[in-house]
Amino acid sequence: MPLVFTLAARNLFHDRLRFVATLVGIVFSMILVTVQMGLYLSFARMVTTMIDHAGADLWIMPSGTKSFEDPSLLDEQQRFRALSVDGVANAVPVVIGFAQWRMPSGRTTPVFIVGSDFRSGGLSPWNLVAGSLDDLEIPGAVAVDSSYLERLGVAGLDARAEIRDQKAQVMALTSGIRSFTTTPYVFAPLERARAYTGTPTNKATYLLVHLSPAADLEHVRSRLLADSSDIEVLKPAEFSDRSRSFWLFGTGAGAALMAGALLGVIVGTVIVAQTLYSSTKDHINEFATLRAIGSSGRYIHKVIIWQALLSAVIGFCIASGVGFLIVKETADTALPITMTPGLTLALFALTVVMCVLSAIAAIVQVIRIDPAMVFTR
Amino acid sequence: MTEPLAEAADIVKFLGSGAGQVQALKGISLTLSGGELTLLMGPSGSGKTTLLSIIGCMLRPTRGAVRVCGKSTVDLGPEEAAKLRRDHIGFVFQSYHLFPTLTAAENVQLVFDVRGESSARALVKAREALATVGLSHKLKSFPLELSGGEQQRVAIARAIAGDAAVILADEPTASLDSENGQAIMRILADIAKEPGRTVLVVSHDPRILPFADRVVYMEDGHIVREERTGAGLSEKSEVERAVIGRRKR
Repeated sequence: MPLVFTLAARNLFHDRLRFVATLVGIVFSMILVTVQMGLYLSFARMVTTMIDHAGADLWIMPSGTKSFEDPSLLDEQQRFRALSVDGVANAVPVVIGFAQWRMPSGRTTPVFIVGSDFRSGGLSPWNLVAGSLDDLEIPGAVAVDSSYLERLGVAGLDARAEIRDQKAQVMALTSGIRSFTTTPYVFAPLERARAYTGTPTNKATYLLVHLSPAADLEHVRSRLLADSSDIEVLKPAEFSDRSRSFWLFGTGAGAALMAGALLGVIVGTVIVAQTLYSSTKDHINEFATLRAIGSSGRYIHKVIIWQALLSAVIGFCIASGVGFLIVKETADTALPITMTPGLTLALFALTVVMCVLSAIAAIVQVIRIDPAMVFTR
Repeated sequence: MTEPLAEAADIVKFLGSGAGQVQALKGISLTLSGGELTLLMGPSGSGKTTLLSIIGCMLRPTRGAVRVCGKSTVDLGPEEAAKLRRDHIGFVFQSYHLFPTLTAAENVQLVFDVRGESSARALVKAREALATVGLSHKLKSFPLELSGGEQQRVAIARAIAGDAAVILADEPTASLDSENGQAIMRILADIAKEPGRTVLVVSHDPRILPFADRVVYMEDGHIVREERTGAGLSEKSEVERAVIGRRKR
């Protein structure tokens, strides 16, 4: 092991109280960043979850639609126009909208209705853990997510409720389909969804376009747009980007999460910088001795950088352990904190960068060191 | 005695600035040749440590020329000066300046680590250097586990381990009792016998006079007397008498 590393490590561990303070700074900062970024990631995923699972090649929507939850309506005629375009295999209507769910107890709670034709490539519920799509053909049948049962005031399968004074019976349960607005999604066949949301029978919110195998997507898109100025035709990725952009940045929610993460990084940097600076100040005699015996400035910087990196690695390990527990504890909540390998690597890199940046103040201090001071101390 | 290993010619050094500026050295010339121990004596404030710092490439003179191992040092930048120190100069300080978190062997190895030399060779050389100062049995001891004399011996081992030609010692016995001080000086005197090495010791302590080959006495930024003794001073020299006389006064 290089002696420069040994010196850095021993100096770091020698000042135990200061080392603990450094670790607390890093851990606090990284947990804050983990939570903020985990929420951001979770939020970003939940915002586009319907789009990502629809399986459409193109989405037809009213002009100016900002996100999946935008309740503007298309005329049914658009569907027939779409079906007349070469290369379009199917155009399936989707109806969405908010409604009131009346529990058996009489209390109500808002729900978000998602209605489509499940048998012809519509937006069907996924991750079914009880019941089936066939069960949703029964009059009044709906599918809800198991994590919202308590919120909906029902026990499980076969439970009954009312939506817009019409019968609703839970005939299928999904897992992990959660809404970032925390309003439960309720899946229903198209016509029933229209009834639940008060949507006229000749209207739909979206048309999910499925292309024929040999069709050229861009060509079909231009044809779909050719005769209509009041619609937009987006690829799923474009619609996802638009939804994410609206919810994360248009509403300020994403910016708030980012600001929280930035605050965490700033707090961590200041704490680590302060402790590294005071540690360097305490060891200034040793750094002067190193300079006196002929070490280069680079060698001394290496000692400080190693200290910063060691602090980063140990602090990150502790923070990621705590972060893992937080992720586990929030997994089944309305807004889970998501952690991915990519985010973990990014957080590690951020910790390292934060600690190395923190070392700058200490390095600036030793750059000015006068080796002759060893004669006076 | 061989070729000069360090030379300072007509050195002038001002310290501080403005009204507080003082002239620490007033045209000093000193040559350190291989195979000799030079003792630099004088009262506090006479400029001994300033001269040591200039010869040690830690301080630049205001005027004058300095050469170490044939190389002029006055125009060197901080990194070049550091390189000259690590290649040619070894230091022994009054308060040892050992690294408390490193063992005796590691403290000596550090000289090689700053040079970027392999740790295997460094360990061998560190052991040899510690054996030279009689500390083979303390390789793994930390400075706090060593006596003052032992710590100073580790510092000497660090100074000689890298084959430095010029050893500069600033009050090496000041923090030690008489017995340990004598032991340290014996080691430094032995080191100075090597023809390729020169040792400059700055001290107030007249008890170390017998170890010197040459004594230079400084006062108020000038060299006021210089005495060469051959094989050390066996009897009280003029300089020693002067020092003792001053103390008595």
